[in-house]
Amino acid sequence: MAERASILSRTIATPVILGLLLTAIALLALLMGSGPFNQTIIDIFIRVILVVGLYIFIGNSGVISFGHIGFTCLGAYMTAWLTIPPPMKKMALPGLPGFVLEAKLPFWVGVPAAAIFAALIAFFFGKILMRLSGIAASIATFAMLALINQIYSNWEDVTGATSSVVGIPINRSIWPYFVATLVAVAIGYAYSISRSGLALRAARDEATAAAASGVDIPKERLRAFVISAFVMGGGGALYAHSVGVVTPDTFYLGLTFISLSMLVVGGMGSLSGAVIGVVLLSTIIQILRLFEKGVALGDTVLTIPNGVQEIAIGVIMIVILMRRPAGLIGNREVGWKGFRKA
Amino acid sequence: MTEILQVVFDALSLGSLYALGALGIALIFGVMRLVNFAHGDTMAFCVFAMLWPSVDAAAIVFAGNLPAWLLIPFILAVGAGLSVLSEIIVFRRFRNTNPATMMIASFALGFVIRYFLLMLYSSRPKSIDLWSNLGLPVEILGARIPLLQVITIVTAIAILIALTFFLKRTRFGLEMRAAAENFTMARMLGVRANRVIMLAFALSGMLAAAVALILVTQTGTADIQMGGNIMLIAFIATVIGGLGSLPGAVFAGFLIGAIATVMQVVLPPEARPFRDAFVYAAVIATLIWRPNGIFMPKSAKQRV
Repeated sequence: MAERASILSRTIATPVILGLLLTAIALLALLMGSGPFNQTIIDIFIRVILVVGLYIFIGNSGVISFGHIGFTCLGAYMTAWLTIPPPMKKMALPGLPGFVLEAKLPFWVGVPAAAIFAALIAFFFGKILMRLSGIAASIATFAMLALINQIYSNWEDVTGATSSVVGIPINRSIWPYFVATLVAVAIGYAYSISRSGLALRAARDEATAAAASGVDIPKERLRAFVISAFVMGGGGALYAHSVGVVTPDTFYLGLTFISLSMLVVGGMGSLSGAVIGVVLLSTIIQILRLFEKGVALGDTVLTIPNGVQEIAIGVIMIVILMRRPAGLIGNREVGWKGFRKA
Repeated sequence: MTEILQVVFDALSLGSLYALGALGIALIFGVMRLVNFAHGDTMAFCVFAMLWPSVDAAAIVFAGNLPAWLLIPFILAVGAGLSVLSEIIVFRRFRNTNPATMMIASFALGFVIRYFLLMLYSSRPKSIDLWSNLGLPVEILGARIPLLQVITIVTAIAILIALTFFLKRTRFGLEMRAAAENFTMARMLGVRANRVIMLAFALSGMLAAAVALILVTQTGTADIQMGGNIMLIAFIATVIGGLGSLPGAVFAGFLIGAIATVMQVVLPPEARPFRDAFVYAAVIATLIWRPNGIFMPKSAKQRV
């Protein structure tokens, strides 16, 4: 029998390998130089954060949540409130409380503040919602998403209603996003091997047995919900800083769909699946976008109509669900020697 | 008095729309435990079936020019056809998977339908003039009610009565109710699974088409997102009514319509834009009070 790796090296294998994958992507961006490709890589990092955030709750609890993009919205607006220069804020968002109006915080304060804000709101919602399970829970999270969206699209002097909030300081360097992504992956992995994560996965697979063994399911779900909202809120804040503009409808059904599909394609029950799903689907989306703009093949320019990109993603997702209902990776995680069962 | 009557009619017509939407979701959930996220996009598809594909801002009305007695069956057939097609192509392959996987698959299908419409018609809302003279008010007991509201309510009631008759008095209806109660048992007793499921999809598609027709007459615009909001309320109604319970879904649809209309009246003006937010909050509150809905069907009770 071959010598087995030590427990420590086996334990940290997954986050280290995923970190290396992300580092490779960052280096790729560096090699290509700045420009539009840089932005693409930043987008991928933000998506990884969002999907890892989804994984922390959905993957471990098995409850499909349609509401997490609501936390992304909360995070994005929070950092906008804190970091937009005061004169602009007084013009666009006069309804903010005085100390926020005067504040001009750097983005490395805005992002954690946004994450904490999202987690607080999640604690409040979770206290109520985590008592539900199955489809009722999914629909209730959907109601939560719609609730947040309605408030942010109508609260004229605090969120600017449906018009865009501009003036968020833009950060174009990939490193803050890279570091945040590593942190998100680390949080995701740490949660899933933690006592709470194990208890929650036990409850996902055998609710009755877990409850009988003393797992307080609503409590463990609430923990996962708050931690995942923290990650989602941070991801939303980073999104705001990557483009400089936020609107409520950015964080609604479209983003919910695309991040859920990345999670499902990779494998709902696995952190590696979450990361790999993002990288895979993002690559496909980029290639299709290229074609939507038009690709010169010899003399003819090959263009595909708008919408084909989304249709293709939808079809890919349906086909993967048909062939592999548990996603490409299933419940496994990457280890030093290929995949292993989590 | 007339004001109250006006509110009652508003509530009933909004509630009819929600009830029809919820019924379309509940029918399919009943037979195959699928929460159909493509329902709203089926509605949008039915509306766009009236137009000729073009990405221009102005709508080119094509089938919409048919006389009403041809147009209504045509749109109903489009809804039923699309719905049955999605069963055959997609949902049939998911029959033995868990509800969560099916739900996400339907989400993906809805996405595909929506972007298919976007590809053909662009994402700009188009104005479309369908039976606009129905907006004229009629006088009922001294209150001026738009004719369309009266027609909406009458149509909804007629559909509900017809559907009740169908489910209670015909063989197909009996089979569908049996399948909703216990699908495996019904199959063993000779109910053909495919036939019942396809029938449920066809009925659900027709309900989507009916909602689409009412919606487009009301708003006068065709938008690829138009089904989304009503579908969301319809989901909520099916959950509040008790998943799988058809009377529950209808009741909850009317209830949500009533709550939304009453809130529109009683909320202070500065809070009115947030009406829907209050409705969603009320929904969450109801779920805390009764996690399994107001009318929980026997089949939904979890056995441990």
